[in-house]
Amino acid sequence: MINKVVNNVQEALEGVEDGMTFMLGGFGLCGIPENSITELVRKKVKDLTCISNNAGVDDFGLGLLLHQRQIKKMVSSYVGENDEFERQMLSGELEVELIPQGTLAERCRAAGAGIPAFYTPAGYGTEVAEGKETREFDGKMYVLEKAFKPDFAFVKAWKGDTAGNLIFKGTARNFNPMMAMAGKITVAEVEELVPAGELDPNEIHTPGIFVQRIFEGKDYEKRIEQRTVRPKN
Amino acid sequence: MALDKIGIAKRIAQELNDGWYVNLGIGIPTLVANYVPAGIQVEFQSENGILGMGPFPFDGEEDADLINAGKQTVTLLDGASLFDSAMSFAMIRGQHVQLTVLGAMEVAENGDIANWKIPGKMVKGMGGAMDLVASAENIIVAMMHTNKKGESKILKRCSLPLTGVGCVKKIVTNLAVLEVTPEGFKLIERAPGVSVEEIQNATEGTLIVDGEIPEMKID
Repeated sequence: MINKVVNNVQEALEGVEDGMTFMLGGFGLCGIPENSITELVRKKVKDLTCISNNAGVDDFGLGLLLHQRQIKKMVSSYVGENDEFERQMLSGELEVELIPQGTLAERCRAAGAGIPAFYTPAGYGTEVAEGKETREFDGKMYVLEKAFKPDFAFVKAWKGDTAGNLIFKGTARNFNPMMAMAGKITVAEVEELVPAGELDPNEIHTPGIFVQRIFEGKDYEKRIEQRTVRPKN
Repeated sequence: MALDKIGIAKRIAQELNDGWYVNLGIGIPTLVANYVPAGIQVEFQSENGILGMGPFPFDGEEDADLINAGKQTVTLLDGASLFDSAMSFAMIRGQHVQLTVLGAMEVAENGDIANWKIPGKMVKGMGGAMDLVASAENIIVAMMHTNKKGESKILKRCSLPLTGVGCVKKIVTNLAVLEVTPEGFKLIERAPGVSVEEIQNATEGTLIVDGEIPEMKID
């Protein structure tokens, strides 16, 4: 067993520098690496390029990094929940690359899978395809999209073991498994860290080979963006 | 009388076929799940990683780790499955999902759709819409026929940045059901009590009216 455990979030983020490209897992506020984000805020690293499906909300998630102007460029598919983000984007302070969600997922997966680029139909004929190669296959047009090259990937899982194996819960899985594959250094924070051998190998979502550093996170807020319920009767 | 949002959702629900996997967008499309006709089994896909999505949870049973693509708390039905975003969009691009229902700011008679950006004003992003419209076999657009200023959203050509080209097949609005054909928007049904003339006046694109146009049947 190769031990991937680091003592704390500070150790997990060693080597993080200004100007780097990060991937951050999560969909909305679901499955975001809360501890790593808090530490990035504390470290005040800046000029970051952040690849994440969304940009958090004004006072939580990636919104905290935006608030301190630590992000130079965001690569996302949907940013509608964050007023500060929209303001920085429309005023030109923040560089933004909006890309289709499936393309975002596949560019993460490709990065981890040794695939430099791939063709997708998403975005053909739109401004997303501007400046990109296009090609016809069997009568349909496709756009060539390239794999990302992140320095670090920050992911969050429900359970993990000392070998770096991860299990996700519910829809908190989302982009985390592909981002884990893609990081030059992948930092996994988990709600519960157990000794190797305790997790059923049949149920591992992300094998430990993709994870360089793992730690048990603290004080998860797990904020709900849109609490929607129905009455009990 | 023109339909309200629930009426539009009810009419779209009539398009569901037994055995279909269906992706519903945010807004009016989400309401379609409430009106699945009796005797039909469909499964709803949420692109953030659910097949077999159920209704909102009971008060007090909401789970931060279980949300839909609109970030709302949801539940799972028996037979549901959970998966990552790459798998989710493999289902979508791979045409394993039979129907996509989504909203639009503009639709054009060539089947183009715009729904993600108003330059200089509003930029929320496309989310999964570009993947969905580029791949789905069946796309139904759920929308109001005109905008708040009363201007048509059913156009000859879209003026806003596009989400997809030549992809829309059917549109259900508060006034009408339209099919996109090579000749223009073919009027299929009228909302109850809405005249062909009213629909014509609210449609900037070419409207094809062929014979007697039936009224929608909405319960």
